[in-house]
Amino acid sequence: MSAVEAEAPARPRRYLLERQGVLAPLLLAPAILYIFALVAVPFFLAIIYSLSDVTIGDPSIDLVGLDNFRAVLQDRVFRRSLRNSVVMTSATMLLVVVVARVLALVLTQNFRGKWLVRFLILLPWTTPVSLAAIVWLWMLDSLFSPIDWTLRYLGLIDGSLNWLGNPDLAPVSVVLVQVWRIVPLAAVIIMAGIVAIPDEIYDAARVDGAGFWRTQFEITNPLIMPVTAVAVLFGAVVVFADMSVPYVLTRGGPIDATQVLPTWAFFRGIQGGDLAQGAAIALFAFPVLAAMAIAILRAVRRMDIG
Amino acid sequence: MAIVEARNLTKAFDGQHPAVDNLNLLTEEGEYLVLLGPSGSGKSTLLRLIAGLEQPTSGEVFIAGEPMAGLPPRVRRIAMVFQSYALYPHKSVYDNIVFPLKAQGTDPQERPAKVQWAADLLGIGHLLKRKPRQLSGGERQRVALARALVREPAVFLLDEPLSNLDAKLRATARDELKTFQERIGVTTLYVTHDQVEAMGLGDRIAVMNEGSIRQIGTPEEVYSDPADTFVATFVGSPPMNLIRRGSTIVGFRPEAMLPAAERAGEGITLPVDVSRVEYLGSERHVVGVLSGDGTRDKLSGVLPAALPLQIVEGPGQQFFVRSSDLRFFDAETTARTGPQPVPDL
Repeated sequence: MSAVEAEAPARPRRYLLERQGVLAPLLLAPAILYIFALVAVPFFLAIIYSLSDVTIGDPSIDLVGLDNFRAVLQDRVFRRSLRNSVVMTSATMLLVVVVARVLALVLTQNFRGKWLVRFLILLPWTTPVSLAAIVWLWMLDSLFSPIDWTLRYLGLIDGSLNWLGNPDLAPVSVVLVQVWRIVPLAAVIIMAGIVAIPDEIYDAARVDGAGFWRTQFEITNPLIMPVTAVAVLFGAVVVFADMSVPYVLTRGGPIDATQVLPTWAFFRGIQGGDLAQGAAIALFAFPVLAAMAIAILRAVRRMDIG
Repeated sequence: MAIVEARNLTKAFDGQHPAVDNLNLLTEEGEYLVLLGPSGSGKSTLLRLIAGLEQPTSGEVFIAGEPMAGLPPRVRRIAMVFQSYALYPHKSVYDNIVFPLKAQGTDPQERPAKVQWAADLLGIGHLLKRKPRQLSGGERQRVALARALVREPAVFLLDEPLSNLDAKLRATARDELKTFQERIGVTTLYVTHDQVEAMGLGDRIAVMNEGSIRQIGTPEEVYSDPADTFVATFVGSPPMNLIRRGSTIVGFRPEAMLPAAERAGEGITLPVDVSRVEYLGSERHVVGVLSGDGTRDKLSGVLPAALPLQIVEGPGQQFFVRSSDLRFFDAETTARTGPQPVPDL
């Protein structure tokens, strides 16, 4: 008894890590450091670059105000890129939601070989983006495309569709590859939403006489709306900020048909050497993404699903 | 209104012991039948088989004389209230109640009046614009009932609808359920594990264990004339005292055990070592063991607190049970038998 009493206050340092005031900052520090070094610093650097005349040849920073933004806005290619970014991201996410919703439903059913289907659906998500894009480059090749070959064999087309060289078809190709890439993540998120709905709700719907479609549209869809919105937010941010897929597939062409903000910022800033304009172009993604994130998160909070 | 019948009904899940085992049940027209049993006794599965939410492994369900084999829930003219109420959380009270009408394609012009009728019947007419999460437990239960009622079903199936309410609300809700059922007079099957609910609500009680019905009868019959030792010990709190002697089990209710001083008429006398006396306000519980022949069977007694006689803890006290309060069971089959010669206790 007395031994314990004498010992406990004698070595308070032993319990230092059990104090929240010490442990919490310690555990948070690596994450904060990481975000600061790899997100905050580059972001503010980009803002400073965009307000300066820095180039690869002349790295000294002289502030020039909003000149870069004025120049960028008058650039026809930039306006095209901004429009492409918005249109292609929207089209991608629209398709992703529909396909992922159907796949999520399939994944929640019980059938033989379910593990195999799950594995195959998740596979694209585990593939590095650039590798996947290179594979698609071959899949969509103007001469050797297996897709063209199959369509020819079925007698649906003559010759080649030229997936990446046709200015009308190239954006479609990029969108389809983005859909292929994002669908697994969205399907898993939506599946989690479906699984979270209690079985008794579905029993009640059956007793109330609702058939398959009514149950899907009146019960499941409204109940998974918040989680679907989160999936859209994640997917849209990834697609909007991605340059690997359009860069590998088309280099932004033909004639800027698939030019998006990240590729154009790269061409201007890194390949063209005009770091200041590149930074200004890249920064245009920020208000677009921020506005979208705020809008979606607000909508999720307002959704009234008890 | 309709009679529900189950004929040789069996439901087994993946080769386990059947949840419902060759069960036969016949309700009466418009009656309130309570399915009472411990958890895992198969009472909820039986309800789901009747609803059509599960398909039987073998046997048949009849509703109003029609075989229900292969028919989905929506054409069975049943309505079900779930333990969690299973209200659609994103829909308003009105949209919850109108949902079955939409699903069955009721004329859109008739819907509002029917919803209003069901809501008024349950006293929730003023809550129609609310969402389920803005309601109290009792109000949610009424919305679930209104949603079940609005289609004017032939049979009501209720799966432990009171278990999510706190104790005080449960008593009122029980009264309301009973009044409500009497008013609409629809055949009702009510699942519960709570014997107080079962005794209070049921016209008849079907006591279930291990997938079959052990006894079906009025609350009085089930309580005072249990069909076997399972019913005898499951119904009643504290349960019936059972003393095994040879091939016979002698049973009597705790309130039949009186102090020997209260002896009246023919009966048996029991020497008891009283280990504890609990005062519960209106009554006193006596806990002890039979001390006569060394078997030390556990006994419990319930005495009205109004009884002037003091019982104190201590060995060798005399108690008395009237012959008419004794019940006899076969020790092998546990089934009730006729009166036997009383063995020495």
